[in-house]
Amino acid sequence: MTLKYMDEYRSAELCNQYVECIATIASRPWKIMEACGGQTHSIVKYGIDQILPANITLVHGPGCPVCVTPMSTIDAAIDLAARPNLVLCTFGDMLRVPGSQQDLMAVKAQGGDVRIVYSPLDALKVARDNPQLEVVFFAVGFETTTPANAMAVFQAHQEGITNFSMLTSQVTVPPALRAILASPHHQINGFLAPGHVCTIAGYAEYEAIAREHGIPIVVTGFEPGDILQGLAMCILQLEQGRAVVENQYTRSVNREGNQAAQGMVNEVFTVTDKMWRGLGQINHSGMRIAKKYQVFDAELRFGLGPESDQENAGCISGLILQGIKKPIDCPQFGKNCRPERPLGATMVSSEGACAAYYRYRRQESAA
Amino acid sequence: MCLSVPAKLISLSGDEPLTRTGKVSLGGVLKDISLAYVPEAQVGDYVLVHVGFALSVIDESEAQFVQEYLRQTQASLPILSETGGEAS
Repeated sequence: MTLKYMDEYRSAELCNQYVECIATIASRPWKIMEACGGQTHSIVKYGIDQILPANITLVHGPGCPVCVTPMSTIDAAIDLAARPNLVLCTFGDMLRVPGSQQDLMAVKAQGGDVRIVYSPLDALKVARDNPQLEVVFFAVGFETTTPANAMAVFQAHQEGITNFSMLTSQVTVPPALRAILASPHHQINGFLAPGHVCTIAGYAEYEAIAREHGIPIVVTGFEPGDILQGLAMCILQLEQGRAVVENQYTRSVNREGNQAAQGMVNEVFTVTDKMWRGLGQINHSGMRIAKKYQVFDAELRFGLGPESDQENAGCISGLILQGIKKPIDCPQFGKNCRPERPLGATMVSSEGACAAYYRYRRQESAA
Repeated sequence: MCLSVPAKLISLSGDEPLTRTGKVSLGGVLKDISLAYVPEAQVGDYVLVHVGFALSVIDESEAQFVQEYLRQTQASLPILSETGGEAS
């Protein structure tokens, strides 16, 4: 069975021809950062970085929401999950993320009511079905996911559901790209911007970044053919001395984005300064629950502490999220840090660079 | 987490824009998803599905862009490889 809108972008012939194209275009070394962890996963899974010409280096970016959720927020979720008469609902990949003492999986094993949900609306249903329990949805995500979170809060408000709230760690991509470019250590020549984030948010905001920093940005999809086309477009710009935003993922993204989704996000959430695990504080990079809906804010409802930027000793995930180091540069990689016993969040999520390298590159790095 | 997969809309239910849902097949499993953010979606469309929501309707007319761009670029490669380094 062929998978429409997937298989046609995975053909080896298509990919090989793009690699040849890139080899012809690229006359100099270029470093390109893929901003999204989903793209990192595809690149490592399909070995795209290994079939590119030697002068093209891919740098893995910070676009993994699980990875950048502060440890202090994980600790807050763990604190909530251990309370009686409280259900903590979250996406499955949050369970193994290390807090300062333990992870959500351990709390669940000790009897905490932690439930994995597919959608924020499923968490709302748990609240609707269990009015005697407090139900908290642990909402992490980038622009792709905030509209779904916003809808759950909006519906809770509409229906007058009083036992539902949300612990949020929601972040936006453009301020993170600006923060990376502001670092004097960065060596990035171009960006692949995240196709699903831009499906929601559009790409007008990236035009200012491209202009101000003189850096090409190509909105790119997630299949191997998409990523190779995005790279070809980006490298062509670099070779021609251009620095604009181009859109590779035209089958899903337009400049304005999804306005219905943006409208709901702006209704329920408001922009805030935000701590990123491994990266520190980035101004205006987060989305928190707006005043009108603050009764649904778990941080206020349960009096949880402020965010902090602590990290486990020995974990270099901050440098990995900024593209300064690769997972195989870490002395802990595959030794003291493995997916079943991770030191840092980049080893947990399938979008984390360390987890992708562990899954697809372990033997090479050991060799 | 931003993982989203294309899926064909099999049926629709509801008229209210914010609560309209649709059935899609995800790897053979039928799933109801919210169509709140794709008011234009119709039965037979492919939508990108993420955490129970359709994020966009895939634009059929743009589906071949990956192949088309390759052909165009290949056709202009002799020119590009000569002039590539000169512009900057």
